[in-house]
Parts: sequence; C-alpha cells; structure tokens
Amino acid sequence: MDTNIKTYSKAEAPDGYTAPGIFATSLDKVIGLARKNSIWPLPFATSCCGIEFMATMGAHYDLGRFGAERLSFSPRQADLLMVMGTIAKKMAPVIQQVYIQMAEPRWVLAVGACASSGGIFDTYSVLQGIDRVVPVDVYVPGCPPRPEQIIDGFMKIQELVGNESIRRRYSDEYKALLSGYGILV
Amino acid sequence: MKPTTMESAEKQYTTLNLGPTHPATHGIFQNVLTMDGEQIIDAEQTIGYIHRAFEKIAEHRPYYQITPLTDRLNYCSSPINNIGWHMTVEKLLGITTTGRVDYLRIILMELARITDHLVCNSVVGVDSGALTGFIYVFQERERIYEIYEEVSGARLTTNMGRIGGFERDLSMTAVKRIREFLDHIPKVLHEFEKLLMRNRIFMDRTIGVGPISAERALNYGFTGPNLRAAGVDYDVRVMTPYSSYGDFEFAIPVGTQGDTYDRFCVRQQEIWESLKLVRNALENLPAGSFHVDVPGYFLPPKQEVYSKMEALIWHFKIVMGEIGAPVGEVYHSVEGGNGELGFYLVSDGGRTPFRLHFRRPSFIYYQAYPEMIRGGVLSDAILTMSSMNVIAGELDA
Amino acid sequence: MYKMENALVIDKLYKAFGQDILKMDTGSDILSVTVAQPVIHEVIRFLKEEPEMGFMMLTDLCGIHYPDRGLPLGVIYHLHHLSENFRIRIKTFVTTADPAVPTVSDLFSSANWMERETYDFYGILFTGHPNLKRILNVEYMDFFPLRKEYPLEDPTREDKDDRYFGR
Repeated sequence: MDTNIKTYSKAEAPDGYTAPGIFATSLDKVIGLARKNSIWPLPFATSCCGIEFMATMGAHYDLGRFGAERLSFSPRQADLLMVMGTIAKKMAPVIQQVYIQMAEPRWVLAVGACASSGGIFDTYSVLQGIDRVVPVDVYVPGCPPRPEQIIDGFMKIQELVGNESIRRRYSDEYKALLSGYGILV
Repeated sequence: MKPTTMESAEKQYTTLNLGPTHPATHGIFQNVLTMDGEQIIDAEQTIGYIHRAFEKIAEHRPYYQITPLTDRLNYCSSPINNIGWHMTVEKLLGITTTGRVDYLRIILMELARITDHLVCNSVVGVDSGALTGFIYVFQERERIYEIYEEVSGARLTTNMGRIGGFERDLSMTAVKRIREFLDHIPKVLHEFEKLLMRNRIFMDRTIGVGPISAERALNYGFTGPNLRAAGVDYDVRVMTPYSSYGDFEFAIPVGTQGDTYDRFCVRQQEIWESLKLVRNALENLPAGSFHVDVPGYFLPPKQEVYSKMEALIWHFKIVMGEIGAPVGEVYHSVEGGNGELGFYLVSDGGRTPFRLHFRRPSFIYYQAYPEMIRGGVLSDAILTMSSMNVIAGELDA
Repeated sequence: MYKMENALVIDKLYKAFGQDILKMDTGSDILSVTVAQPVIHEVIRFLKEEPEMGFMMLTDLCGIHYPDRGLPLGVIYHLHHLSENFRIRIKTFVTTADPAVPTVSDLFSSANWMERETYDFYGILFTGHPNLKRILNVEYMDFFPLRKEYPLEDPTREDKDDRYFGR
C-alpha cells in the first residue's frame, strides 16, 4: 500500500478575513472564483483538433471536472470560445461574428497550431492564426495537442478568469484592444 | 367578408441557415434550407470553410513530407490515408512489399476503420439524443490511440509507416495492446448495440430517413458504407485487393434501403468484420522484414548512417528531398472509412509531385445530401448528415 | 471471369471516334486515352451508355496544368466499370485563352461538384454546367490558384520573412 498519501486542494481560498461563519474578501476574488470553476465553452471545432477535443470531453480526460460540462453552441450563452482547428479565410468573418455575438465577459482559447498561427498550412487560403481577427487569451500549441495540453490551456484560462478585475471589460484599454480588431464595442 | 385574395393563400417558405457553426454539422459546412414549416423543400450547400489547399501544398513537398498532409484528410482514420499514399508512391516506383509489411498495414488500417466507424455511429446516437454510447465508445478509441502511439508516436495524426513499409517493427507492447483491445472490445460493442440497434426510439428515428436508391447512389459516385447501405457491394479491398487483403476471408455487409438505419448497421457490422481481420492478420503475421529495401525513399538505419558513407549520402539526399521519382502517372485507391479514397499522382521526375489529386469520398457523396433530405423534416436532415459521415477535412482538402 | 480488357475498349473507341482519339497510352497503370475537346462529352456518354461499355461510375474528375505545352489546361476523368472491374482514364486538353469543356454533369451527378472544383482551381469553364461558381475558395478570389504561375503562400502576408523560410 502506498503510504505517501498526497492531499490535493480542490480550490484555493483567496486571501481574506475569516471569522466563525464569516469569510470576507474582495468582490473581485469571489466572482473570479465562481467564474473560473464554471466556464461554459463554445467548442468551435473545425478539424483534427476537434477530434482531440471530443476525446478531452470523453470519460478518460474529462474536461467536465473543471466545470466545463455544459457545452454551449450558442455564443450568447458561452464564456469561452475554444477555436480548435484550421480557420480558412472563408471562415474568418464567421468566427469574428461568433465572437461579437458572445456576451461579456468572454475569453478565447486558440487550440492547436493552425488556430495559433496557421500551423503547417502556410497557403493562400488559410488564415495565419485567429489572432488576426479576434483577440486571443491563451494559445495551446500542438498538432493536435494532447488532451492533457488542452486541459493545461484550459487551466491557464481559469487562472486568467480568476484573477481578472471586474472592471476590465469597461476599461479604455480593452475598448482599444477590440477596436484594433475592428470590433466596435 | 369576402375571402382573402390569392396572394395570401400562396405558400411562403422559410429560409433556415444551418451552419457553418452548428453542433449538428460535424465539421464546418453550411446548408441554407428552404422549409415549409418543418418540412424541407430544398437545400443549398456551401463548403470550403476549411479549404487548406492540400493539392497545391503537395506540389511543393517531397514525397515523404506529403504523408503528414494526408493525415489531415480524413483525420478520424489517419493510418488509412498514410498507408494509401505510401502504396501510391510504391505503385509509381514499381515496388512490391513483403508479406509482413502487408499484414501490418492491414492491422493498422482496420484499426483505423474501427475508429472511424465508432465515431460515426456514436455521433448518430448523440444527434438523436443518446449521449451514453458516445462516452462508452470514446473510451475504446483511447485504447486504439494507445496502440497508435506505440507504433508511430502520435494519437490522431499518425504519420504512420514509410514508403516501403514501416520505420520499426511491431513491438511486444503494441502486440500486447492489440490483443487486449481485441479481447475487451466485443463486450463494449455489444453494450453499444444494446443501447441503440434494437431501441424502439432510435429505430423510429432512423428507419426510412434520408434514403437513397442504388442507381442514384452510383450516379452520385457514392462509395463505401453509404453505397453498401444502398445495396451495392462495392468494396475496393475485394475488387482490387491491395496489401494482401486477398489472403483473408471477410464479409461485406450490405443494406437494402440506403437509409440512416442501414448505414448505421452496415458500419456496425463492418466493425465486427474489421475485428476479425485484425485478429487473423495478427495470428498469421509472417516473419520477415518490416520494410522493403528502397534506398532512395527509406531512411537507412542510424547505425549505418554514422558508420557508412553510402548510408550517410542516402540519408542526406532523402532528408533534403533530392531524390527524383520516375516520370509517370498512377491512380491508386484504398477503401477508406468513407469509401474509395483515391490518389492520382502525376510525376515529372522532380523531387515533388507534378500533380497530386485526392479523390475524396466525402466531397463526392455530400453532393447528394439535398436529394436525400428533400421532403423530410429538419430532425431527419440532422440525422442524415451525421450518418453520412462527412469529415470536413476530407470535404474541403 | 472479367471479359473487358484493353484491346476491346481500344478497338471500340477507335471505331466510334477515329480521328478524335489523340493518344492511346497502355504504358501506365490503366488505359489512358487523350481525346480532343469537342468530342469529350460524346466519349464519356459512349463509355457510359453504349451496351458493350457500361462504365457506371465516374470515380474522379480533376484538372491539370502543363504550362509549357500548346494545350496547357487539361481535364482528367477516371471511369470505373464495376462489374468488369475495369478502369479507364480519359484526358482532354484546352488552351488558356478558351478553356471551355462540355460538362458531363448530365451523365453523372457526381461531376457537378468535381467540375466546380476544377473550375475553382484551374479556371476551366464547363459549358452547360448548372451552377458553375467557386466551391472551395472565397467567391471574391480573382485568380485560379492551382495554375503553376501562382505561389503556394499568400503573397500579401506580412508577418513571415521569406529569408528565414528558405524561399
């Protein structure tokens, strides 16, 4: 029998003041904690990375453990746009439209080499990375990335979500970022 | 009051946009449906949302660098594409492979066919509302992925094998994993079938849905399980046996109506036949070399590269792509998960193909989709699409 | 058990089309016949509907571009006689100035998209096609990318420095 029993913490409590029956912390942190453990992804699966995503959602790797059990194909109800696969120039306006239709706060995860930078397809018809049309938060390299890598990317998104200021989406910097992509706020 | 005039008695059709991003379209393609209420009158298709210009890329890559490209055609069953491409080049070069190479190829191609059919059938279940089968079946695909990893190093886009054979022999771990898989999967397949095949709801939803007659299917260039469900027993493995398929006895399941239920059952039965093939090939694996001697295309072993001059030069020439192929043209086809996957290769003697065209089954049979759904309802159209197994990578190439 | 063979098909084709058969090649893996552009529809119809022929499947239809020939653009048809297990390759070539080839989509429905793809890649105009527009590339593309004079990469991209990519 293994005597080195490791303990895993489920969710780190943020810094705050504890008293019997009371835990006081800043609103940012509470909202961040709630948001990061229930991200609803929009799986924008276009090609081979989509099959690895299906494997990630399956029982072996189970993305549902991280709160992403409920996939939303409607942009309005999704938090995270997971772009998995090659985006061709024909598809670029569609992905921008889907991103615009998502309600704030929204994050984008570029899964795979094709979504990050065009991948092995340096051709006239492939968009060399989705960050040409939408702002991306985390890039997961790989062709296709293993499910563990996709989960790692997802966990980095969780870190971003947990630490984000709740005023970020109203800031001038964010508005400037979006207008750089031609997305009018 | 007088009854209203002719204008208001005229029917008005609704236009519904299905795609390109839609949970039911497994892959990105768009259908603009003209509907009369729930019934479909017509469909207009737009594809090309994932056009990656494979054929143009292939004109700029040496022969062995095209293998990773072929991976991404029908990415649910990459080994079939890889091995089909290698066989095409071997046909151009005039090489015949040894028995061991052929049997190993059969094992891997049949495993790939099983993964493809497992995805298609479980996704038909998901689209009719049954998610459980999908979860059961994907666990089995993980086992096949572990076999692929042992043989080629990658899970999905395998880049498996080499022109002339394989880069290494089947290791003991791989054989053990294949045996374990063969012992384990019948139970899971039976459970999957119990969930769906004689399930009243599933049968009501799939029988008579999206039918196509054998004549129309042939006219549309259908091949593979879709054609066999319509009643035509055309299988490239039997008609022009390649890679020693002629040594094996296996049945070709054929349907009658060409509807969704027939396609589902044909694919399910093909999984059983593939399992038999894998078992037979593994039991009767001949001894011998795992590759043929093709100095211009098969990398020499590393020990020789570091010690012999000749091997070093061959290694350099192959990696830098300085080997020219003989002038000529070939068309070779293999039975892919979706049908006849063909490679039309024209070589002008250079280091890259002059023209490489992929005969992609999904591209060809997807044209028939409007005809198959006309007159049906929207939910039937969804099931028809998923039962046809249109893979976007193969559709657009 | 298969009765059809090269000699029979060659004989019948010459009898029916004579001068319009430009080349008969038995050297490659299957019988390859080059025909003149005006009769290509007749040839395909002959192969499909003639009682002793009966090629019921159009396996493939693709284009090709030989820039240094008199007739640079070509269309290549692969037909398959399923019951006799006989394959044949028909080729026809046209000029760049007038790249018109009659459509075979009235004979084989599978030719519909395959001809659109060939038009998209090579600019070959299929006369009589019900819906000849681009299928894989974007509609506003104004050149035919698979022709040899066009590069693989997008010439307008500014993020990749060709010096480091070996071009």
